[in-house]
Amino acid sequence: MELLAFGDTGWGDELFYATLMTIAVSITAMFIGFLFALIFTPLKLSKNKFLNFIANSYTTIIRGVPELLVIYLFFFGGTGAVMFVASIFGYNEYIEINAFITGAFAIGIISGAYSTEVFRGAIQSIDKGQFEAANVLGLNKFGKFFKIILPQTLRLAIPNLSNVWQITLKDTSLISVTGLVEIMRQSYIAAGSTRDPLFFYSFAAVLYLLLTFVSMKLINRLEAKYSRGY
Amino acid sequence: MDLELMINSFPKLLNATVITLKLLSVSLIIGLFIGLFFAILRLNKNILINRLSYGYSYVFRGTPLLVQIFIIYFGLGQIESLRSTVLWVVLKEPYWCAIIAFALNTGAYTSEILRSAFQTIKPGIIEAGKSLGISNKVIFYKIQIPIAIRQSLPAYGNEIILMMKGTSLASTVTIMDLTGVAKYIISTTFKPIEVFIVAGGIYLFMTFIIHNLIKFLEKKYSFN
Repeated sequence: MELLAFGDTGWGDELFYATLMTIAVSITAMFIGFLFALIFTPLKLSKNKFLNFIANSYTTIIRGVPELLVIYLFFFGGTGAVMFVASIFGYNEYIEINAFITGAFAIGIISGAYSTEVFRGAIQSIDKGQFEAANVLGLNKFGKFFKIILPQTLRLAIPNLSNVWQITLKDTSLISVTGLVEIMRQSYIAAGSTRDPLFFYSFAAVLYLLLTFVSMKLINRLEAKYSRGY
Repeated sequence: MDLELMINSFPKLLNATVITLKLLSVSLIIGLFIGLFFAILRLNKNILINRLSYGYSYVFRGTPLLVQIFIIYFGLGQIESLRSTVLWVVLKEPYWCAIIAFALNTGAYTSEILRSAFQTIKPGIIEAGKSLGISNKVIFYKIQIPIAIRQSLPAYGNEIILMMKGTSLASTVTIMDLTGVAKYIISTTFKPIEVFIVAGGIYLFMTFIIHNLIKFLEKKYSFN
């Protein structure tokens, strides 16, 4: 227990902040993923073959390649890409990108591929009559989407989105390879300096279990809210 | 785009793919048995056994695979009494540590897949077996298990692909699998995009093969 003391003697406060970092990265990545889903879901549902192809390539590649490889691409490639863009504007100094941004972006792209599939499935399973009814009611495009389609999509998507959230949360452990101090990285540091890896990695496992448990409870509540009336 | 690097790194990455496939196949086989074992325990009416089995799958599905590998590879070596046993021969090898972690992880997911497959078997099929005078044991092995395996094929196919991606984590415990070699080439040449295309292409090809193999099996063993 001394090992977990707050302050200079233990690792309690460090692990606490690391947990907050994991939560922050997960939420940012999930949000970036939603932005990607917002772009790629319409492309997937579009009748244009070319747009379909682009969206399908995105989801197939991301879901077929290991997360770690994607993270390495962003970790090693991100700096190069930014420096290349900067060099066009005449800036040739070394630029280091924040590990948080690289990590959240890499996990976000992965999370986005899963979210896209979830939203596509949810929209496709909405009864055609709903679209027709919205037309008959004379709603414009915005009203149709926000008042009729989106609420029903959310209800159908939430159970699967909770899976995406779990995947995203667990994937953030991989960002530790880039040096961002989240749960895994902090446990690695603590295990190295105390020579007690068994304790710290087991404690990391408990923290992740706690995060998945609490987020499941919250998501169940959200699910109940969107399912009222069913 | 450095085409020469892509061509040169291809054979190296292909060699590393063999290790990835070995890790995948060995852990899938062990994981299948673990999964079947815990799925059968979940069908048990004894609450304690039931809870124990649920606890196993909950813990392994609720924590990242990376933590599981690190606990087994870095953590277990710390226990003094373990080092003097026969187990240490296995646990000091990163290769076997990775396989143990992968097998336990995929076993947890497989047990959930098989459990839900067992539960969706219509009671009428089991009753039909009973009325034909077939013993409970034979019903279980010859009727319930084959149907459960057929039912769980699509979900299990996904699990195989997820596990294939999971084997990339072996590179964090010094194993030079496909991702490990890819990372090595990236960090020595600083050409991440080229290496990513080649290594990612190999992974995608494997995903494609697994996906089609499962589809073929689904068709072959479909009920109609």
